[in-house]
Formats: sequence, structure tokens, C-alpha cells
Amino acid sequence: MTVLSYLIPISLFLGGVGLLAFVYTVRSNQYDDPEGDARRILSNDWDEHPKP
Amino acid sequence: MTDASHPGLAACPGCVATPRDAADVAPQASRLALSLPGIHCQACISGVEKALNAHPGVTSARVNLTLKRAMIDADPDVAAADLIPVLEGAGYEAHELDLSAISATATSKAGRELLLRLAVAGFASMNVMLLSVSVWSGASDATRDMFHWISAAITLPAIAFSAQPFFRNAWSALSVGRLNMDVPIVLAIVLALVTSLWETMLSGEHAYFDAALTLTFFLLAGRYLDHRTRAVARSAAEELTALEVPRAFRIEAGVPQERAVSDLAIGDLVLVRPGGRMPVDGIVVDGQSEIDRSLLTGETVPVFAGIDTAVSAGEVNLTGPLTVRATAVGTDTSLHRMADLVAIAESGRSRYTSLADSAAKLYAPGVHILSALSFLGWYLWSGDLRVALNIAAAVLIITCPCALGLAVPAVTTAASGRLFRKGMLIKHATALERLAEVDTVVFDKTGTLTAGTPELVNLSDHSPSHLAIALALAEGSAHPLSRAISDAARAAGVTAARVSDITEVPGYGTEGLWQGLRVRLGRAAWVGGGQSDRTAAWLAVGADAPVPFVFADALRPGAAEAVAALQASGKRVWLMSGDTTPAVQALADRLGIADWLAETLPQDKAAKVQQMAQDGARVLMVGDGLNDTGALAAAHVSISPASALDAARVASDIVLLGQDLEPIAEACGTARKATRRIRENFRIATVYNVIAVPLAVAGLATPLIAALAMSLSSITVSLNALRLR
Repeated sequence: MTVLSYLIPISLFLGGVGLLAFVYTVRSNQYDDPEGDARRILSNDWDEHPKP
Repeated sequence: MTDASHPGLAACPGCVATPRDAADVAPQASRLALSLPGIHCQACISGVEKALNAHPGVTSARVNLTLKRAMIDADPDVAAADLIPVLEGAGYEAHELDLSAISATATSKAGRELLLRLAVAGFASMNVMLLSVSVWSGASDATRDMFHWISAAITLPAIAFSAQPFFRNAWSALSVGRLNMDVPIVLAIVLALVTSLWETMLSGEHAYFDAALTLTFFLLAGRYLDHRTRAVARSAAEELTALEVPRAFRIEAGVPQERAVSDLAIGDLVLVRPGGRMPVDGIVVDGQSEIDRSLLTGETVPVFAGIDTAVSAGEVNLTGPLTVRATAVGTDTSLHRMADLVAIAESGRSRYTSLADSAAKLYAPGVHILSALSFLGWYLWSGDLRVALNIAAAVLIITCPCALGLAVPAVTTAASGRLFRKGMLIKHATALERLAEVDTVVFDKTGTLTAGTPELVNLSDHSPSHLAIALALAEGSAHPLSRAISDAARAAGVTAARVSDITEVPGYGTEGLWQGLRVRLGRAAWVGGGQSDRTAAWLAVGADAPVPFVFADALRPGAAEAVAALQASGKRVWLMSGDTTPAVQALADRLGIADWLAETLPQDKAAKVQQMAQDGARVLMVGDGLNDTGALAAAHVSISPASALDAARVASDIVLLGQDLEPIAEACGTARKATRRIRENFRIATVYNVIAVPLAVAGLATPLIAALAMSLSSITVSLNALRLR
């Protein structure tokens, strides 16, 4: 059962990383315009290089 | 990729330009908001952003497609009025938004907070569930204890953060001596945590950490849905308000200056241009015009205004510029005094108990009594406090109102979303339930059943030469009646006669010279026409007897269908208007409405609606004017079109966003279906409880059974709600 002492911290850490990533997306207003974001992928502006 | 493969505007039929008069000049600001009602695809987004970013002075522009809005950061000297023509040139309808009326930040902050709590509860419950599954599948002794301790270490901080809204609500209810749905929720969560901790310390077999977390997660999901539905409605309602930028032209040292309406004082001279709405009550000191009082009184015939005519805030100036000396401003205007009727009638509205409240009233005491009884029973029978407490906690968790918490928001979210796509905005939380009970519908006439634009009805009575002269004169004026004549004549293929020296005399009409004869089109008294009880303009050619052009109010699209559908579904339909008897009777006959009232005062409307309510009718009031606000607030439920005055929109529960009235009949059906689903959901939740509660009371419930019952009932309830879409 010693494997548990590795696996449990690892699973908690990975979950925590996911949670932090979610908190970051909420804080940076990434859910303000779900409809527009879904359509922006169809645009071919900035296809060659990222928006400056 | 090349430009040839770009879908372009042709891919999006909604991108067709909708020309509109440019809005007034904006105040200087570096942050601007524009409403873009026409955009709906990717080509619109990049088109708008490209057009705006290319404008000198614009630092950055970003379109929000969900809100159909563009936020622009620009130099202080760039005004919204400069940008609107830019967008209209590119083919997009745009309106200025008053940023101070959009308090979206507060709403989105609350939503973000709920979303974070939901995420933490979801994260913690998944991890704890993982550990719980290992316990259920056979972990024992030291391993089980370790798993329980890890679960406790995750659960306690997660609950302390995520369940705060429930703690706050329960506390505020208990501190005023009331019970709400949150009290049993908090009790269940706290009791589950306490007994589980106790069990863990004693190396016990059952711990309910996962149940406490999933309970919090599902309930937060319900809260979040509820919040989103209301936030969408609120932001759309705010947008309607923000579209009316409150500004007026005050004459300062002989020059009109643009000022906020709140800055006006009694005695100020205010210039009201044709098409503008009176910002104050006052007396006309200069100019002649006609004014449209329909939003205040429901009358459709424009009234003459000259020097010394008294005008009220909310009336619309039609033809010539007027200078008004203010006699009452702000909250003292007749507009605001009438809006006070609303406050009086509103108090009756709050007595309505929603289905969720009545369910909570039955549920909360029942659960507490059941749990207390099983605690007492087991304590007396076994004498073991630990066993008794465990069973009481299990009963509370099994009866958890997960499904009840989701039953209402899941359905209202689905129903509101469906109605929103049809162009109806549900502003009030219980509006759908109240709409479902409606058996009588009262319509206002002007601006509600009719579009508020006149329509020429006796075109065929006139000789071609008269029509040609009338068309030529009508094109010299922007008056609504002139526009109606020119629309009707052009549609009939009439070409304008050669009339020279056309001049418009504001407040009276237009005149000119035709083949050396003086021709006039305008008010009866000015042209020399007779009396008419319907709206009419008269045409005089030389010394011949004047001929009348008679108008009726054009029906709003969908009005006839909505009335017919409501009558077909067995509802009584009334027509109540402040307009004259012949006009109201004509419309009632045209739509097949048997019950109508004409020449009603605002108080009469509200009193009649109240009297109907006392006779046991559930009244749906549909109206747009200030004279309707009292009735709108007094009715069981109320609808107003988006073109209504702000006061009327505030007083109503539902706002109709489009021009079409037809969705009203469908909304009643959807509301009835939604209420049926809510009741079904309550029944489903009850069935789960009926099966699971005896197990819990008998002491047979395990955390596994609790988790299954909770998840299954929540999922069934949500799926049932989705059937409404």
C-alpha cells in the first residue's frame, strides 16, 4: 500500500493545478462572452501572427 | 489563407445595414459602450472591430457577442456619435449606451463568486468521492481511517468556503425567526460533518464527507443557474434603460447647450427639437408645433402647441422646435407623480408565494421533525447517543433538498431561455408561475395593440390629381400623418404633382402653389375643413371645399394573431384605452374583442384591474404608456413592449423585445408547461424520499445509498427540466 503515499498527493496536486487554472480563467474574464469566443475561432484575422 | 476564402458579409444576412438617425452627441469620455442589436456571427465581430479600430483616436475596441455590445477605449475627444456613422457605413446598426445605467460589474461579481465556490465544491467532491469509492469497495482498518482523515482535511476547508451563501441565508432567516430552505441544508451539512468527524476519530465505518460536498455542489449549481437566468434578464433590462441617454438642450445666453436632464432647474429655457421628448413640465414660450400625448393619455390625435401651451414631461414634440420654460423638473414632473401609482400597487404583488416557497414551508419543518423523531426513537431504544446521532444525520442527508433546490431553477432557466429566444425577457423571478395562472388579458390600445404610427384608410376616395398634390405637400414635412400619406400614395403608384414654394407652418401643416392656386394640407381649422371624430388631415386646393384624409392606427404585427390565440385558449380579452370611443370601438371590432373601455383615466384603468382581481380573475396586463403603469403594477402579471416608457417597463414583469405581439399567447402556454414541470420535479423528489427515508430511519442507509439517491434525483430533475426546451 506504500504506493498510496505517492498517488494520493499526486492526485491532489494535479486536481489543485486544475482548480488554480480555473480560478485564473474566471479572474481574467474568460467567461464573459462564451458565444463570441466560440465564433472568433472562425475568423482568419491574426492567423499568420498573434495580435500585437 | 487568402481573402477570397473569407466568408465576408454575404455569409451573414443579419449584417445588412439598418439605417437610423444618428444619436445625440455623447459627453467626453475615454470609455464608450455601443449596443449592436444586429450582430450575430463571426463576420460581424471582425467587421465591427476592424471598422472601430481603424477610426482615429480609438485605442481598442472589443465586441461581446453574448451581450451584443462593443466596449471601446478611446481618446477623450472621441464621442459615440462619431463612431455610430462609422459602423452604419460598414453596415451595422449601432446605438449609444449610457454606461452609468449598466451596473453589470456588481452582477458579474456575484456570478463569478458563485462560479468559484461551485468549482471548489466540485473539485473537492470529486477527490473525496475517489477516496470514498475505495472505502466502499473494501478498504478497511488503518487505510480506511487514513482515507477518512484525508477526506476530512479536504472537506472542512472546502465547505467553509463553498457553503458560505447557505450559511449566510440560513442565519438571516433564523435571526428574524423564520425557516427557509437553507436552514435544513445548513443543518444537514453541519450535522454530516460533525458525525463524520466523530466517526473518524473513533475509527468508525461510515463517514458522510462526500455527501456533504456533493450536496453543496448540486445546490450551488442550482443557485448558479438561477443567478445566470436573472443576470441575463437584468442586463437586457439595463440595456433598454441605457439606450435612453437622458440629455436635454438648455438655452444658455441664447445658445442651446447639451446638458444632463438632472441638471435642469425650474425657470430654465429648454429647447425641444422635433422628434424629441419633453424632459420637464413647462410652458411653451417660443415656437409652434404639434405634440403627441399618446404615452401619457393614450390619445392618438396630436395636439396643437403654441405660446403659453402647458406641456408635460414624456410628451413627444412632432413638427417644429419648441422652447419651454420649465415649471417642474425631476421627481416633481407629472411623469414621476404618475409613476408613484406604481409604488402603491406594487405592495400587493409581494404577497404572492412562489411554488418554491410553499414547498419549503412544507418541507423544512417536516424534515426537522422526522430527523428529530428518529434521533429520539433510536436514543430511547438503543441508549447509544452515537448511533442515534448517526441516524439523524443520515435522515437529514437522504432527505437533502438537492432535487428541490434544482427543481425550480432548472425549469425556469430552460423556460426563460426559450422565451428569450422568442424575444421575451422575464424580469421577475415568479413571473412565469403567475403567467401560468392568467385567465383574463387586458390590452392597452395605443402603442401596444397598435404600432403608434398612423395609416391612411380612405385613399380610394380621392381623385388622382388631389392625391398627386397631397403627395407633393406631404413630402415637404416629417410629420407622422404626412409620412403616412406619402407611404400610402407611393405604394399606390401616385407620382407627385409639381407644387412650388412648399413651406411647412409648424403646428398647422404645409402649403404651396400648384398651377397658380394656393394648396394647403394640414389641420382642419387652418385649411377650413369640418369636424371629424377620427384623426384627419385636410387638403384644400384653391377655393374648393377641403377634402379629408382619414387615418387609423396601424396594427402592431402579430396583434390579431395574439388576440385570436388568447381567445382560443379560453381567456377573456379586454381592451382599455384613454383614446376616444370611436377609435377604440373600431379597433375592438377589427380584432373581435367584445369587452372594451374607452376614454379611461389612468386611475380608472388601475381600479378596473383591481376590481377584476377582487372578482377572482387573474389579470395579465399588456401596456406601454405612463397611463398604464398603475394597471401594470396592479395586475397579477404584466407585459410591456420594449418601446414603452421606462416607468412602464419597470412596472412590468416581462418585457417584449421585438415588435411582434404573437409570442404573448405562446408565453402563456410555455409558462403553464413550466409550472407543470416544476410540480413534476417536486413529485420526483418526493418519490425518491419516500423510497430512501424509511431506509435511513431504519438505520440501513450507508453513505453509498445516500450518494446514489442524491445524484440520481438531481439528475432526473435536471433532465426533466430540459424536456421543456
